[in-house]
Amino acid sequence: MTNPSIYSNSTDNSISGSPVITTENVSIFYGSFQAVRNVFLDIPKNKVVAFIGPSGCGKSTLLRCYNRLNDLIPGARVEGKITYQNIDLYDPKVDPVEVRRRIGMVFQRPNPFPKSIYENIAFGARINGYKGDMDELVERSLKGAALWDEVKDKLKESGLSLSGGQQQRLCIARTIAIEPEVILMDEPCSALDPISTLRVEDLIHELKQRFTIIIVTHNMQQASRVADYTAFFNAEAGEHGSRFGYLVEYDRTENIFNAPQEKATQDYVSGRFG
Amino acid sequence: MSSQNPLDSHHQDLSSRAMDYTVSSGRKFFGSLMTTLVILCVAIAILPLGSILFMLLKNGLGRLFQDFPAVFTELPPPPLVDGGGLRNAIMGTILTCLIGSLISVPVGVLTAIYTVEFGQGNKLSQFVRFCTNVLSGVPSIIAGLFAYGVVVLTMGTFSAIAGGVALSVLMVPIIIRTAEEGLKSIPREVRQGLVGIGATTFQGVFSVILPAALPFIATGVTLALARAAGETAPLLFTALFNQYDARSLREPTATLSVLIYNYAITPYKNQNELAWAAALIVVVLILAVSILARSFTKRKVY
Repeated sequence: MTNPSIYSNSTDNSISGSPVITTENVSIFYGSFQAVRNVFLDIPKNKVVAFIGPSGCGKSTLLRCYNRLNDLIPGARVEGKITYQNIDLYDPKVDPVEVRRRIGMVFQRPNPFPKSIYENIAFGARINGYKGDMDELVERSLKGAALWDEVKDKLKESGLSLSGGQQQRLCIARTIAIEPEVILMDEPCSALDPISTLRVEDLIHELKQRFTIIIVTHNMQQASRVADYTAFFNAEAGEHGSRFGYLVEYDRTENIFNAPQEKATQDYVSGRFG
Repeated sequence: MSSQNPLDSHHQDLSSRAMDYTVSSGRKFFGSLMTTLVILCVAIAILPLGSILFMLLKNGLGRLFQDFPAVFTELPPPPLVDGGGLRNAIMGTILTCLIGSLISVPVGVLTAIYTVEFGQGNKLSQFVRFCTNVLSGVPSIIAGLFAYGVVVLTMGTFSAIAGGVALSVLMVPIIIRTAEEGLKSIPREVRQGLVGIGATTFQGVFSVILPAALPFIATGVTLALARAAGETAPLLFTALFNQYDARSLREPTATLSVLIYNYAITPYKNQNELAWAAALIVVVLILAVSILARSFTKRKVY
């Protein structure tokens, strides 16, 4: 098996700028089952990186390693090294709660808290020790998520009273309110209608001025629209017949879609499988 | 050709049958038979409740209204004296239930929070759940015996505190179970969101999950209260009984249920009437609390 990514390709046309997150030879296990094998991947600062690939290729699993969300799954284990700003995220001394405060996450299904719109945003900021003007932060975060105009008159209403697309933007607002440096998005548009999807995509374009974004998506058009870099993952049957995911190719998005180095990538982006 | 024939005839068969929309008489008969049977079973199930309510209203309502405020404000009279009321027993029931809740609500809710949020199916939380099931099956008189041994013998006196402890033993498993259900009803996505914004389990549970599960917990507490308010056996040798007002928590205390037990078996007509009135008050109280509990769950968020 090859270890593609920027290391095996020529580096000159690849990742520019210093990486925020590095992934070195990472394998992820659920019990004895290996879900992801030997991934090398660097995430550059203030860029959007898309993870694409067929179901079961481990892209969401890998994403969840970056904020140690897999810690919650009994038996999940990470081998290799993931660093964030040169700190080993899986160092026993690192507090996972602290990691999640710097690396925010937006989930597949909108999951606002059963609280008011205002509290949905204020809660995260408060537990993260925000001491400033809360009204101002709520307004700024909602504006940042392109939701302010729609909800400014009903901040006291439940976050659950919003439509699905609005709920997802509320979740994004909640995430940017804690001012992380990296935002992980796990198929953020898969539960949304096309118009809401476009609004979230526009939002991602704006957010990358301030944040580094990693987005998992099933939608290849979405990856080509929003991402600066795209990583293509694939699944393969291992020695014992169990499937594991691995990184096939990681490059600038236009290269992945127009001039992929690997045949599997070519087949996937041209819709021949997956 | 020949291979198509069966298909053809089958098709014709279906189309001719499809024209007939009337229900066959056999099915109609079977349907009405089963409906009758079901209604009959419902009637049998409701009958005890109906007859209890009827008897209570018939025997208790008269006394309740005959000297209206007196039933609630006066003390029970000595034998062969007319009039009087249930003041001490009503106060005692409220007091013992209150003490029971003060003990069982924190213990029950915090236990549920441990098993659902922190333990998450580990050995200890499984063990706790098993104990809860055993505890909910313990006969109520055993709960009384426990409180007698632990509280009455230590304090050297029967008291409302001992009665409250006995009731709390019965209330705890009900509260644990309903609180667990309430906490589990909060979707996984919300918990993930909490983790995603860097909330500790403690912050998430107490700021978001517990408030969202509150309607369920309130239901559990009211159901447990309804159960406790009607219990007699655990109070018989813990709170005991008192002809007068208990002047402190460290004295024998009258309760409605024990009063019913004591007065129903006396040969005096006035005492018997008071027992009926007390029974009516207890049942109405439990009914009201149960209805209250239902209204809590209607307002649930999830």
